[in-house]
Order: sequence, then C-alpha cells, then structure tokens
Amino acid sequence: MDQFLQHCLNALMLGGTYALLGIGLTLIFGIMRVVNFTHGELYAFGAYMMYMLVMLTGANFFVALALAIALGVALGAVLEFVLLRRLHSADIDTTMLVMIGAWIALQNAEQLLWSGVAKSIDNPFPSAPLVIGVVSVAWNRVFVFVTAIFLVGVTYVLINHTKLGKAMRATFQDRDTAALMGVRIGNIHTATFALGSGLAAAAGALLGPVFVAYPSMGDLAAAKAFAIVILGGLGSIGGATLGGFILALAEELGAGYVSSGYRDAMGFLLIIVILLFKPTGLFARKERIG
Amino acid sequence: MINKILVAAGIAALVSVPLWLDNSYLLHVLVITGIFIIAAMSLNLLLGYAGQLSLGHVAFFGIGAYASALVSLGFSIHITPQWVMTVEKNPVWLAMLAGILAAGACGWFIGRVAFKVRGAYFVIVSISFAEVVRLVALNWVELTQGPMALNNIPPLAFNSFVFLKKPENYWLILTVAVVCYILIRRLVNSRAGRAMVALRENEALAASVGIDVTRYLVLSTVVSAAMAGAAGALYAHYVRIVDPDIFLFVYTVTMVIMVVTGGKGTLAGPVVGGLIFGLLPEGLRAFALPPEAQWIAYGVLMVLVVYFLPQGIVPAFRNLFQSKKIA
Repeated sequence: MDQFLQHCLNALMLGGTYALLGIGLTLIFGIMRVVNFTHGELYAFGAYMMYMLVMLTGANFFVALALAIALGVALGAVLEFVLLRRLHSADIDTTMLVMIGAWIALQNAEQLLWSGVAKSIDNPFPSAPLVIGVVSVAWNRVFVFVTAIFLVGVTYVLINHTKLGKAMRATFQDRDTAALMGVRIGNIHTATFALGSGLAAAAGALLGPVFVAYPSMGDLAAAKAFAIVILGGLGSIGGATLGGFILALAEELGAGYVSSGYRDAMGFLLIIVILLFKPTGLFARKERIG
Repeated sequence: MINKILVAAGIAALVSVPLWLDNSYLLHVLVITGIFIIAAMSLNLLLGYAGQLSLGHVAFFGIGAYASALVSLGFSIHITPQWVMTVEKNPVWLAMLAGILAAGACGWFIGRVAFKVRGAYFVIVSISFAEVVRLVALNWVELTQGPMALNNIPPLAFNSFVFLKKPENYWLILTVAVVCYILIRRLVNSRAGRAMVALRENEALAASVGIDVTRYLVLSTVVSAAMAGAAGALYAHYVRIVDPDIFLFVYTVTMVIMVVTGGKGTLAGPVVGGLIFGLLPEGLRAFALPPEAQWIAYGVLMVLVVYFLPQGIVPAFRNLFQSKKIA
C-alpha cells in the first residue's frame, strides 16, 4: 500500500510537466491544424538554455528559468513565421512534412552545437527529500510540479479571460468566420505557436535540471505529448491536462508493477486501447473520425 | 514503342551495373538504396494511392526483418513457465516467406484497429504502433536478444548457391524491386486500385457509390505491410545482423521523404526519390561534412521540396514535358 501511494505521488509530480507538454501540442493542433513535430525539440531547447545560462554564464536558477521560457516563446514565433506563415491553406500532410524536416534539422543542430554528451544542470534545492508520512519526494520535483501547475493556470487564464484568448478560441471554432469578424488569423497563429512552444520549453527547462540534457531527449517527450493529446482528444486543453496525469499514472504503475523496460510503452498502449473503445479521446469534439 | 525500348534499356543498364562497377562499397550503397526503394514503393501504396499517411511504416519493415531472421535462426520462448515453444532452424527462403506473412498479418491487425480514425489521429496511432514494436524488440530479450541484436543471420541460399557477395545480392534486390513495381502497377490499375484512389479523393462520395471503405483500406495496408516486410527480410539476410534500432523513426521519415520527393501517387516517384535520397548521403560525404550537418541539409531539403515541388519531382517533370509538347 505504501508503495502504491508512493507511485501515485510520483505520478502526480510527473503529471504536471506532462500536462504542460500536452497543452502546448494540443493548442497548436486545435487552433492551427498543424501536427507539430518540432515540439520535442522546443522541449530540448528549454533544457539546453538552462544549461547555457546556469552552467556556462552562472545565472541565477530562477532568472534562467524565466529567460529559457521567454527564449522558447521567441523561437516558436520565429519558426511559425519562417515555416508556416506561407502554408496557411495547405493540407495537414503538407505542414506535417515541413515540421518533420524542421525537426530533423533542429535536432541535429542541437547535436552539432552541444555535442551528443549529456549535460547535467545544477539546481539550488536541498538534496534531502521531503517526507510526508510513508511517502517521500525530492524538493526539486515539488518545485517542478508547483511551477508546472502555475503555468497551466496561466494558460487557462490567457485562453479564457483575455482578448487574445478569445480570438484564439474563435479561430479554433471557425477560422473563416473569425477572420470575417476582424481576427488577424496570421497573428493568432504566430501567438499560438509561440505559446505552445513556450510551454514545451518550460517543460524542458523544468525537467532538464532534474534529469540531464541530451540532443535526442525531445523524441521521447514529443512521443509522450502525442500520447497525452490523443488521450484527451486533439484540441482539448482540459483533456490534455487530465491526459498528462493519466499517462504519468499509467507509466508509474506500469514501471512499478509490470516491468520498468515497458515504462515508455505504456503511453502507446494506452493510445491503442483508447482508440479501440473511444476513438474521439476522452474529451474531443466530434470530428475526423472514420 | 519508344517507351518500351527506353524501359528495356533502363533495366539493361541497371542489370549491367555490377559488371562494370568495381567498387564494392558503392555496390553496397546501391543494394541498401534498392531495399529502401522497395520499402518506399510499399509506403507509396498507402500514402500515395489510399491517401493515408502512415508514420509507423518502419514497424512492418522491422517485423519482416526480425521474423525472417528468427525463423531462419530458430528460437524457443516460454509461453508459460512450463510450456516452451521451439522453432527449429529453417531454410532462408521459407523464413523470408514467414517474414512477409508476419508483416502482412500485422498490417491486417493495424488496419482493422487504426482505420477507426483518420487524419492526424491515424498518423499518431501509426507512430505509436511502431514505438510499441520497438520497445518489445528491445525488452523481450528471450526472443529478440534485445540490444545484443540477432547475429550471424544466414544469407539466402538455394542448394549450393549462396547470396553472399554484393553482385548477386544486387541482382536479387533488383529482381524483387521489379516484381514489386509490377505488382503495384497491376494493383493500382485494377478495380481495387481505383477504389483506393476514390477513397483518397473523397471518402464520403466513394462510400456512397458502394465502395467498402474499411475493406479497401485494410487491403492496401496488408499489401503494403507485406511488401515492406519483404524489404525487411531482404535487409536482414543481406546485412546479417538485426537490432532494435531498425525500428527508429528516422527510417520511416526516410521512406516518407523518398515518396514525397519523388511524387506520391505515381509509380516512378518512390524509385526516383529513393535513388536521390539513397545516394545523396554519399554525395554529401564527399564534402567531408560532419554527419549532423548532413542531416541538417536533409531536413532543409525536405522543407524546400514541400515548398517548391509540392507534388514531387515526377509530376513536375511530367508537367514540364507536356507543356512543351503543347507549345
């Protein structure tokens, strides 16, 4: 029972960052209809920015975190402006191929710049874990969880209670009508991509110091983000949040009770099971179902 | 008539390559390129004709490779702690057939499951499938040796003739490629092929005129998977070592780039794209770039192709040729 509680706590801690990753991806898909293969690279970019700032320039950990997220937002905006701006009316396969090309180029640029050797990043938290009754958790994981939940909250407020968020929701519902109402679709797309990228970079900047930064770290993160988004339904923010926690729980329990080798397979198995019984995902709008 | 002469001359030129090319490394590159062209042709059936972007295609390639290697080497696994299933060593041609069958069977299963969804959902399901298969290959050590890889896979042999050297492997791959090309051409020009194209163009309309959507999508997946499995089996018995890295997403991406660059939904597209992207890394190597820079060039090239030749090279050339004829 103690072990089970510990697994649940670990899942809760992990789920926060998974939710960040999933929300970024699902926003970009829902609003732009783009399957974003560069998502994992933005995640790796966040981790590498933490490495550059904390380890090479010696910046304060928290300042570095804020800067890393801001740089992720900027990189996302540039990517959208350069690659996707001209492909507005293109079909989903075309944009997907462009994003795959960008993903390959970005990942290898990371490897060229920072070499294939994994980089560890210092963090200012005490190494003794926080013990609550029968379970315990590392302080840096608590910080990651709290920050992730805070950023998820900020995203909710941004989407639901600001003018930009309203324009985004309008674009999500009906792009043409939104354009007729004076929403500048191009700018909304750039903002969406920048926001989604910033969330991915935040997840990387938070988890980079917990684990290590290495060039292909984005692949697994992207794969998990896809799994989360499928669980929640493409385009659903609430679904992505819950999906993040469900995936984390499935992974923790799978690693704990089945085999740690299959930890990363849990998400994909979950996808296949969900699609067998509820192809729309848990919260999706009814569409794109054969 | 002129076309037939050109095709015959082209095939004769390809057949003659090992006779005058005295560089076994280049011949090796050509063999690997040929294997990938077969895989790309199989993907083209699904992507170009049935219009379904499968990003898990490498799974079928890898399953073909593993199944064929395992059946030729023999294996034994514990289904329950007491009950052991043992397969003895088998001749390689039989193993290859087993590989093709295994890949085709997986294609049937995935087709039944994955075609409940379309578009982006289908893409992600196909990626997930390939990842699960990769993790199984990595972790089911009793069957696959995991990261230790399957070694000493026997080459294809008939009686005393062994496909060990590069030239005979080149001819073998060329023969299989031509057979696959003819099979695909016959299929897409048949009633089933027209049904697939109709589904690609407008699924609702196709269904309304009585085309059984699931049946034709599953059919195209099975044929495509079996052909990719054949390419995988050829790969396993040529390279003679198979490890879980065979399932890496990069290989799927390579196949997709080949099809899209050449021209999806054209018969010659995967061949043209396959030749370009099979030989391009060797060309880039001449500039002595680090491998990362080569991959960056690969990615940038892919973006540029989508921008400037969205239909691919083969249709672009065809248009050029036709507009000249009119003028």
